[in-house]
Amino acid sequence: MRAHLLGIEGMRVEDIHTLLTNAMTMHEVSERVIKKVPTLRGRTVINLFMEPSTRTRTSFELAGKRLSADVVNISESASSTKKGESLLDTAITLASMSPDILVVRHQASGAPHLLARYLSSTCVVNAGDGTHEHPSQALLDCLTLMRHFGEIPTGKTVAIVGDVAHSRVARSNILALSLLGNKVRLVGPPTLVPSDLAHPRCFGNRVTVHHSLGEGLKGADVVMCLRLQRERMTRFFIPSLEEYARHYGVSEKVLRIHAPEAVVLHPGPMNRGVEIDSDVADGERSLVTLQVQSGLAMRMAILVTLAAIRGAGTSESSEGGAI
Amino acid sequence: MKAVVGGYVIDPGGVGEGAFDLFIESGTVEAIAAHGTIVPSKDDEIIDASGRWVLPGLIDIHTHLREPGQEWKETIDTGSAAAVLGGFTTVCCMPNTIPRTDSAEVASYIRGKAAEAGRARVYPIGAVSIGLAGVELAPLSELTAAGCVAFSDDGEPISDSGLMRRALEWARMHDGIISCHEEDKQLSHGGAMNESPLSYRLGIPGMPRVAEDVMIARDIELARLTGGRVHLCHLSTARGVELLRRAKNDGLRVTGEVTPHHLVFTEDKVGLYDTAYKMSPPLREAEDVAALREGLADGTIDCIASDHAPHDPDSKRVEFVRATFGILGLQTTLPIILGLVREGVLTRTRAVAAMTVEAAKCFSLEKLVPGIGTLVKGSPADIAIVDPDRIWTLSSDRIASKSRNTPFLDSEMHGMAELVMVAGKVVVREGRLV
Ligand SMILES: [Zn+2]
Repeated sequence: MRAHLLGIEGMRVEDIHTLLTNAMTMHEVSERVIKKVPTLRGRTVINLFMEPSTRTRTSFELAGKRLSADVVNISESASSTKKGESLLDTAITLASMSPDILVVRHQASGAPHLLARYLSSTCVVNAGDGTHEHPSQALLDCLTLMRHFGEIPTGKTVAIVGDVAHSRVARSNILALSLLGNKVRLVGPPTLVPSDLAHPRCFGNRVTVHHSLGEGLKGADVVMCLRLQRERMTRFFIPSLEEYARHYGVSEKVLRIHAPEAVVLHPGPMNRGVEIDSDVADGERSLVTLQVQSGLAMRMAILVTLAAIRGAGTSESSEGGAI
Repeated sequence: MKAVVGGYVIDPGGVGEGAFDLFIESGTVEAIAAHGTIVPSKDDEIIDASGRWVLPGLIDIHTHLREPGQEWKETIDTGSAAAVLGGFTTVCCMPNTIPRTDSAEVASYIRGKAAEAGRARVYPIGAVSIGLAGVELAPLSELTAAGCVAFSDDGEPISDSGLMRRALEWARMHDGIISCHEEDKQLSHGGAMNESPLSYRLGIPGMPRVAEDVMIARDIELARLTGGRVHLCHLSTARGVELLRRAKNDGLRVTGEVTPHHLVFTEDKVGLYDTAYKMSPPLREAEDVAALREGLADGTIDCIASDHAPHDPDSKRVEFVRATFGILGLQTTLPIILGLVREGVLTRTRAVAAMTVEAAKCFSLEKLVPGIGTLVKGSPADIAIVDPDRIWTLSSDRIASKSRNTPFLDSEMHGMAELVMVAGKVVVREGRLV
């Protein structure tokens, strides 16, 4: 039997609720003096990170260790793919050592799906695939909002501002937040927020696209700023960071006018003065620190939940399905 | 003398349809007559075609045989075996070999290998630019003399409009055809599937339809300017069909083809990153499929071409964006198209015409082989005897190609070329290679 966390796509509301509930329990563990529990003793987690990442890798590593799992980290520079080995061969080699969970970060959209298709007995967790999904980030963002609002976020208006077209964080959040019954507004220039994103075949009918920052932010409960990557200039998506910031930089001033009540999320690392101003990032409405704490709890919850399904060992879960 | 008797002949470019018997002598059709009107002599080899369709051998003007250079994917021998098993007696192979078919040597090499294989007729398509690099014009006259039937830079679309113009002008001297894979690589930059709400959801860089359409529009205008002949490869967009329709209305010398897969699949097949459905041009959306079907049925699109593109498993068992483009086509084209006939999308006459005589006309093959694609007296005895209802499974052992990159692997196929002959020589019998 197997279960994977490949994306928010395919998950049910109940799955998200279970993970959020489990994460709240995990959060309590992190507040104890002794932060380690024996839940995953004897289990092995491999972190296969084919793309540089500090935050997510550290978070998964620490999550595994706090659960007493054996954790192995394999990074791009250490892996054989540098020597020309294919991703699938690398993963098959790792899987032959019988890890319970393989956490994968890869620059190609769908890479974890490829592994899930060919690995017969390992749970695959998507820790970010290309410009597709980053489910643990969306789940930790939901957890952050849950802790802030005191309940699972629903009925809220969430504005996601920035390079949605290339953002896996945005995709997973759009899916998770709309699944939970929130309205999602995507805000940015037509080059980075194409109108196809609002097509029902893309993310369903709870999503709208706005090219004006003020219109997109108006009355929002939550504003999520996305990191803008400098490379976007090379394929003409933006003329310059300055020109982008002038139109879409989220500042305290803009928020006071359009969304005075909004809290602000950012998946990090931040480009201060580009997509977000320091007065917002460090201000009262910022939930950035809470996001980092939630990250650890949520990743512990993911590992525990997957290990439990795998440990149950009897019922057959659906191919490539979510948790 | 061979006699094919009792079958139902479908010969849109020749005798039409009906119960005809065919008599073959020295590789050509000696006589075709209403069933029973000519009695075979006792020395004749009788081929009983009763209950079967008797078609002119199918003609594929867009095939990748990979030889020379990528013989682990396909060779002229294995590719022509796949061809005849699929009912194709003539294939034209694209020049993206290694080295490219940009010299008489490579063209002659291909023809030599084809003669050695001794199955289908194989005609090389020459390069438009040296090395398909889009910088210098290939020796179009030399390539014509060496037996190339058209010119194409297929997978490396000609981005330099000036080069395209001059190629059309030079090719005019030989009444040559430039066969174009229409894609503006700046617009499809890094793309791996159709640009659409689905590609945005999957996070796969998109290849927008407009990347194809702008190049079609450009080449139609260049055909207008030069009077040259443009053939549009594997049309995939509704807009492209409309542009071709207008070009034909304007009397321009522009023709077009469509692949079986673009007629039956939409981008939804990509599912969760299934590389079996990664092709170029990409699978598009339902409205495009509808327009392609309509365009093929009404003759706007001249013919069907397989775009047979063999690839080894390693090049498909990778991340979607890294996987190679293309699928096998030679052994699946006929069953897929027969499916469209059963669905009522195409009449059987139109379907057969689009796989035979109309394909030949796109490349003027009748100038090389008079009567090719038809079954009149004097035509080459290139014949496919087809059971349109025979159900079989495309199992790995039935695939003659060296590669297995087809989404139809182990699927049920409906319709089979049971007996195939090329120039009167039987190369397939009972659906197996002779
Ligand atoms: Zn092509």
